[in-house]
Order: sequence, then structure tokens, then C-alpha cells
Amino acid sequence: MATLEQQFKDIMRWVDDRLPVTETYEKHMSKYYAPKNFNFWYIFGVLAFVVLVNQLLTGIWLTMNYVPTGEGAFASVEYIMRDVEFGWLLRYMHSTGASAFFVVVYLHMFRGLMYGSYQKPRELIWVFGMFIYLALMAEGFFGYLLPWGNMSYWGAQVIVSLASAVPVWGDDIALWVRGDFNMSGVTLNRFFALHVVAVPIVLLVLVALHILALHEVGSNNPDGVDIKKHLDDNGRPLDGIPFHPYYTIGHDLPGIVLFLIVFCAVIFFFPDGNGMFLEHPNYEPADPLKTPALIAPVWYYTPFYSMLRAATFPLFGMTAKFWGLVVMAGAIAILFVVPWLDKSPVKSMRYKGLASKLFLAIFVVAFFILGWLGMQHPTPAKTILAQVCTAIYFAYFLLMPWYTSVEKTKPVPERVTF
Amino acid sequence: MNKGRRNFLIGATSVVGTAGVVGVAVPFVGSWNPSAKALAAGAPIKIDISKLSEGDMIGPIPAWRDKPVFVVKRSAAMLEKLNSENNRLADPDSAEEKQQPAYAQNATRSLREDVLVLIGLCTHLGCSPKFYPKITPEDFDPNWLGGFYCPCHGSKFDLAGRVYKGVPAPTNLEVPPHRYEGDSVLIIGEDEGAA
Repeated sequence: MATLEQQFKDIMRWVDDRLPVTETYEKHMSKYYAPKNFNFWYIFGVLAFVVLVNQLLTGIWLTMNYVPTGEGAFASVEYIMRDVEFGWLLRYMHSTGASAFFVVVYLHMFRGLMYGSYQKPRELIWVFGMFIYLALMAEGFFGYLLPWGNMSYWGAQVIVSLASAVPVWGDDIALWVRGDFNMSGVTLNRFFALHVVAVPIVLLVLVALHILALHEVGSNNPDGVDIKKHLDDNGRPLDGIPFHPYYTIGHDLPGIVLFLIVFCAVIFFFPDGNGMFLEHPNYEPADPLKTPALIAPVWYYTPFYSMLRAATFPLFGMTAKFWGLVVMAGAIAILFVVPWLDKSPVKSMRYKGLASKLFLAIFVVAFFILGWLGMQHPTPAKTILAQVCTAIYFAYFLLMPWYTSVEKTKPVPERVTF
Repeated sequence: MNKGRRNFLIGATSVVGTAGVVGVAVPFVGSWNPSAKALAAGAPIKIDISKLSEGDMIGPIPAWRDKPVFVVKRSAAMLEKLNSENNRLADPDSAEEKQQPAYAQNATRSLREDVLVLIGLCTHLGCSPKFYPKITPEDFDPNWLGGFYCPCHGSKFDLAGRVYKGVPAPTNLEVPPHRYEGDSVLIIGEDEGAA
């Protein structure tokens, strides 16, 4: 009679001969060597994954009671909030989760900019990450229409109308996207399909590509030192530790617990974020004849919304509306090519020169100001401020090839420091 | 291996495959167009304007094709000032043809001089502008001659729906096809002579 352990080994061997389960587990978990000098900034990738799972689970449960029609949508959300057992909790987990998603993703992206995580050989990880960010913005946009509140309606109206800024075909494109002469239940129904089926599938594929590309080249670290240069006798990086259990239990689990404490505090005590996560006009049903006094998107889009509004004058024979679309699209598109804009010989901000540090700091400040401006009524002074900050936003990227190549960098250590 | 034959087969397979993909895409793309039901819902509407007094507006209800409609009866004072500061307007002569029917391509952008008929959606990003009829200084314009102001992005239009310079909206507000039945009934969605 074989022991229990022996039996388990036999079963695993049988499976492994048919599907590389053990090999995959070792490659991505127990024998994936991550640099041992990870700090606080390296928690947000894992947190993004936790939020993704939260969104998928709560999202599936919400669809069980949600009605995707112009007549039924608003009432069904009220039904979920008032009559469905724990419906309020599932919805708040989902709506707060959307904001949490962008919080952790923005911090994750900032980490990348700070430590040069996009530099060779990690360009593809960054590019896949940017596609994830893009898919996430689309997901958030489609999802925001679903409660069919008045801000849902007019917010979507404004963004769909952006398509009409395209020369010649613009109005036809907008009509095609809406499927009606104006925003209607038809639009709502198709956005629902995109939000719950199409975009999530794309998102999951992109997340898989992001992680596979990461595990192929290995993680960067706060020093930007390549840990594969110094291996022990078994070919393992001297400065690396297995992802599982050291990072999963020692680093990620406490981080997740901390995150969940904050997340729950928001869900239970500030579920609408005082109008930041769920905007006040959205407690009124969609009214195609009444625009809310101030149309502002949810906070995570406001920097780009400010840049859209910052274009107020025609140029080269094209309208200001067209340039608004170009500026906004360009602000997102330029993020994709960051790996090829950074000419610095070092990765981490720790060893880059003063210019890089200053530009990153000013960029972050400008991004916050743009985010704040996007929630405000446009006034002449605020428009000028938005234009200045838009210029800073683009200067950070467009001048990067110059300031990263001329500045004096510090010597990078051979091994990681911590 | 016959390289020429292989290249031909790869080419032929790619062409047929691409044609297949394009063909299959047609119904998927086409299904996003407005349905027959949505098209049918765009029927003309009738509005009684007999009780509309000078300087007032009917709107945004009733809506035509789910779009808000503005009907404004302009007073003599309003009309007098209407073309007094045309240099501040982006398109004072309504040269952009698709923004109004030919019969509204005139100094007042209207069929009847006093009555203005507009689609109440900003040509920038589709918000519904607010009606500020008074000739008086406003927060957004110290020399305001009356008109429409869009709260979303600050676009300004005069009392003929013509867009000011230096605002994000690119064109004048749209004048829908319309005609009158007698003095008091306005029909939106049908042209003059279509009855």
C-alpha cells in the first residue's frame, strides 16, 4: 500500500505527463526569482489583480438583477440598492472598485515611470500595460452609462459626440456608435454587451500577456539593476528570491490586507466619495432634454477631459473641437512610446539626473492640476491654467529624449541595495 | 519545393481569407446602424406657437427624434441688435450648409423673421445649451446680446443660434427642417412644400 504522499506524487506525474502543471507553477511562482529589494511601490500590480477579481465577481452578480434597457435600467439599479439582499454592498463594491482600480493602476504606472520599468528589455510589458489602461478606460466609460442616471447619459453623450470631431465621417460615426439619432436605450443595450462581455475578455487576455512578458524577462527593481548578472552555482540570481512564498506571503498578503481595510472603509462610510465615485446628478434618471449644470466625468478621466477642453482655438484650418480630440487622444497615445523616448543609460530615478527628477515632479503636479480642473466650471483663467498644464504634460514626454541624454547620471551599483 | 507555386497558394489563400473576413464583418458592423424601429420613430412633430410671447422660448420639450427643440419668438429689439456685432461670430452668414436648410440661410436664420427654430444640442459635444434671452452683461460675457450659453464647455451662440468666435463649438446650432401650417402651428421634421 503506497503512502498518501506517494499517491499524490503519482497523480501529479500522471497530470504533468499530459499538462505542464508543475512546470508552470514553478516557472511563475515557486521558481520565479524576483529582486529582493522590492519596496512599497511594488504592491500595486498585485492589488490591480485583486481589484480585477473583485470587479469580475461583483459584476457577474450585478448582471443577475440589472435590466439593460432605457425603460428598466435606472429602476433596476434602485431595485438592487433597496430590495436585493446585499445588493447595495455588491454595487458599492463594484462602483468603488472602479475607482480603486484606477488608483492602483495610476500608482503602478507612476512606479514604472519612476524606476524605468519600461526600459529595455521591458518595452512590451509597458505596451501591454498601456493597452490594459486603455481597455480599462473603455470599460469604465461603458459601465458608467449603465445606471442610466442623468450624468451617465450626458457624460456618454459628450464622449460619443467626440467621434463627430473626426473630419467628414464624424457625424456618421457618432450615429453608428449610438445606433440612434440621439443617445437612447439602443446605445445603453450595446454598451452593456461591451461592458460585460467584450471588454472583459480583451482585458483578461491583455493581463495574461502583461504577466507572461514580465515573467519572460523578470521584474525590474528600485535600483534598476539587472539581477541576472550575478547568479549562484545553481544559476539562480543572487539578489533574487522566489516569488512564492517570499513575496506572496511576506509582501503581497499584508499589502492586500491593508488595501482591503481602506477599500472597506470607503465602501461602508463614503461609498459615493462625496460625488467623486458616484456623481450626484446620477441619482436622477437620464433626461435627454436636461443637461446637468456641470458635466464632469468621474475623477479618473478628468485630466484628459481638461486637455480636451483646453483646445479652444482653430488651427491649420481645423476646428477647435477637432484639436480637442487630437490633444486628448495624443495624451494617451504618447504614453505608449515612453520606452523609446527615454534615452537615459540608467533605469531608476535614484541614479538619473536632476532634470529627470524635476520633469517627473512637475509632470505629476500638472497631472493633478488637470485632474482638478476637469471637475470645475471652465472660466477664462482656468482654461489658461489647463493650457499651461497640457503643455507641461506633453513637454515631459516630448523633451524626454533630450533631457535624459544630456543630464549627468550617478553610477549604478553592481548589486541591489536595500 | 516549388517556391513560385507555394507563394501563389499563400497569396490566393490570403486573398480569399481576407475577403471572407470582410464579408463576415459586414453584418456585425451593419447591426450597429439605427434599426428600422429607430428610423421610424423620427416622425415629424407639431407645435402650437400661438401662445408663445415675444422673448420667450418653447423647449426643450417637445423633442424631435429624442433631441431637444428650441422655438424662440424674437422681439423687435432682439432682431434689431441681432446683426450688430457680426464680427464676433464665427459664421455670421450661415455659410456652413449642413447646419440649416436653404430657406433658413438668411440674416435671421429662420423661415419667419421672428421665430427661431433650433435643435437644442451644442455642436461641440452635444450638451443642451441654456437660454439667456436678455440683452444684459452676463458672467460669461460682459457684452451679451442674448442667446444661448452651453454650461459644459462654455460655447456661446447668439439669438439666431450662430456660434461666437473663440469658443469650442465649431459650427452654428442646427436648424431642423420645419414648416408652418397657418400662423400658429409649427411642424418640425418636414420641409416647406413637403405636405
